[in-house]
Amino acid sequence: MAIFGDAFATALALLIGGDPQLFGIVSLSLQVSLAATLIAATIGLPIGAALALARFPGRQPIVVILNALMGLPPVVVGLVVYLLLSRAGPLGSLGLLFTPGAMIVAQTVLIAPILAALARQTLEDAWAEHCDQLRSLGATLLQSAATLLWDTRYALVTVVLAGFGRAAAEVGAVIIVGGNIAGVTRTMTTAIALETSKGDLGLALALGIVLLAVVLAVNAAASGLKNLSVRRYG
Amino acid sequence: MVKKTAMGMRRVVLAGLLALAALPAQAQERFITVASTTSTDQSGLFGHLLPAFKRDTGIDVRVVALGTGQALDVGRRGDADVVFVHDKPAEERFVAEGFGVARIQVMYNDFVVIGPKADPARIAGLKDVNEAFTRIQKAAAPFVSRGDNSGTHAAELRYWQSAKIDLASAKGAWYREVGQGMGPALNTASGMGAYILADRGTWLNFRNRGDLAILVEGDTQLFNQYGVILVNPARHPTVKQELGRSFIEWLVGPKGQATIADYKIGGEQLFFPNAETPRPRS
Amino acid sequence: MASILPLELVHVRLAIGDTLIADDFTLTLAAGAPTIVVGANGAGKSTLLRLCHGLAAPSAGTIAWARDPKGHQAMVFQRPSMLRRSALANVAYGLKLRGVPRGVRTEIARDRLRRVGLEAIAERPARVLSGGEQARVALARAWALDPQILFLDEPTANLDPAATRALEDILGDMAEEGTKIVMTTHNLGQARRLGADIVFLHRGRVIEHAPVERFFKSPGTPEAAAYLAGELPW
Repeated sequence: MAIFGDAFATALALLIGGDPQLFGIVSLSLQVSLAATLIAATIGLPIGAALALARFPGRQPIVVILNALMGLPPVVVGLVVYLLLSRAGPLGSLGLLFTPGAMIVAQTVLIAPILAALARQTLEDAWAEHCDQLRSLGATLLQSAATLLWDTRYALVTVVLAGFGRAAAEVGAVIIVGGNIAGVTRTMTTAIALETSKGDLGLALALGIVLLAVVLAVNAAASGLKNLSVRRYG
Repeated sequence: MVKKTAMGMRRVVLAGLLALAALPAQAQERFITVASTTSTDQSGLFGHLLPAFKRDTGIDVRVVALGTGQALDVGRRGDADVVFVHDKPAEERFVAEGFGVARIQVMYNDFVVIGPKADPARIAGLKDVNEAFTRIQKAAAPFVSRGDNSGTHAAELRYWQSAKIDLASAKGAWYREVGQGMGPALNTASGMGAYILADRGTWLNFRNRGDLAILVEGDTQLFNQYGVILVNPARHPTVKQELGRSFIEWLVGPKGQATIADYKIGGEQLFFPNAETPRPRS
Repeated sequence: MASILPLELVHVRLAIGDTLIADDFTLTLAAGAPTIVVGANGAGKSTLLRLCHGLAAPSAGTIAWARDPKGHQAMVFQRPSMLRRSALANVAYGLKLRGVPRGVRTEIARDRLRRVGLEAIAERPARVLSGGEQARVALARAWALDPQILFLDEPTANLDPAATRALEDILGDMAEEGTKIVMTTHNLGQARRLGADIVFLHRGRVIEHAPVERFFKSPGTPEAAAYLAGELPW
């Protein structure tokens, strides 16, 4: 199919040409998804740690719900966040709707459960390995959680990258809460959706290739960092 | 060595927070949010119009392009300052319900009936949209409907009605509601060689035409009137009424009207300004 | 420092669900020379240590110390779990939990590593060390806490004779410096070399507690006699 070859050529031209509009879109996408990933990690990893280490009534149902939330449809998240952030909604006074902030909120809601659920699995395994030792040394639950979060950092990098990938690739939620406004809330994915709806499938595909390249670069950088550290610290 | 990594992490976190803090800075500029339709946005009209407006007033316009129904809903919730849409009955309802200040007409374009060149319903060249729709239904030829409560969808439903076809009973496998915007609906029609009602602007800007072509045009019924409405600040105090009014006044004023008339694709004018006399500020 | 010993166990039972793990542990552990715990697999040796150390709570019976043992006991597990950090950091970790300032704890950790003969590999990632090295790091980690009583669960089970010998020498030094050693083993030669008294477990009960010479020369119970007969092929 010629369209794939053309799309690659267009993608390459876009990347090499340093089109400022494309640069703006890519940089907004990265800013939004990285910010969302950062916030989601700050929320999700401690929740994962708490569920991995603590035993309390209702823990099992929470774990089940969390695992189910990993499959949260982005459109539903978008709709809920839209209704919350809308001027007529409870958080309307923040004036966040149709801004990058709204997209960060939506992506955070989308991936925080993923990070929490995957981190819980990782940390539960680590806890099984170190539980006796940590208790023997007199570590409190909080100290144990902090220690294990640090100890599983390489595995957690992968977890966080999975979250970032989902955030960056997502379109359903950000197009609703961001509005796909040119120059303000147009990300890689909403731009792809727009070009698709204009019937410019070649350009849409080219933007898709650019998105893939960007996500690939972020992953390569993270895994390079990880390998370097693994070699150093075992 | 471990400590070094911890510092590195902290730096990454800090950088992330700074990036986050930088984002809202964009919100400090003078801008309004306009809920409009895919037809005005994807036809390229806004790309032509808004830079001119910005040059004249320094105001940025952020366009959220949706179907007319959705655009009006965004206005109802107070999430836009101005709505710019094309479904007169719905717009009048919007104003009557107190969500908008007044409906002001700006311009019109026209709808066209598009279909496969093979034309199984034999409608090519007709000047009467009702006759065309009747033939499509009789032939049970595939027809793609927006089905998304947009202005175009509302117009399509009006044409079935004026063709005296009761869609509820006539609906069959031939009638495909996609529930999507103009572009995706055109992609679907193109993929399955179906008939579809589209606005001329989106069609002219649409690339993935496949075997489709304009088959029916020129019926006065196909004219498509656009109106602009300031969201009622009495209802939603956050509405930027000063900036919103500037936009509306500019649109219906000589400069805006001329700029609309200027917009052409392949030498073809897409939108025809027809504002009534510009209104003074109220 | 006042001693937390003696430790007294009276009719201690442990059942998990329907499974009886410890039937009747009645035992007094006094300060002084090392106590060695022997018995067949499944007799309850690890369980006894875990109960004493506080990692398991008895279903019935009492475990009483002369005074609050918090912070004065340590344990070395059969499979030492190492955190993803340097050997030195692993040894210092327990002190860090207790809020010992960085300079002080590093100094102590370095000293203990030196005394177990691992000063040269202090900066190496702990998890890539050999089994023998990890066992010594685990010992240094426990030692860093300067415990009054140290429990060891078959610490030499996976070590070659040379590494076993090295570990025994270190334990001898620690005992001489006043740490009460309580250790399980299957190696009766080791029990003889290290122990002052022997605790013999059989099917979840303490059957015999005798000075090492008497236990090996004339065991007081037929179970102990049978065990010694079966376990003395060398």
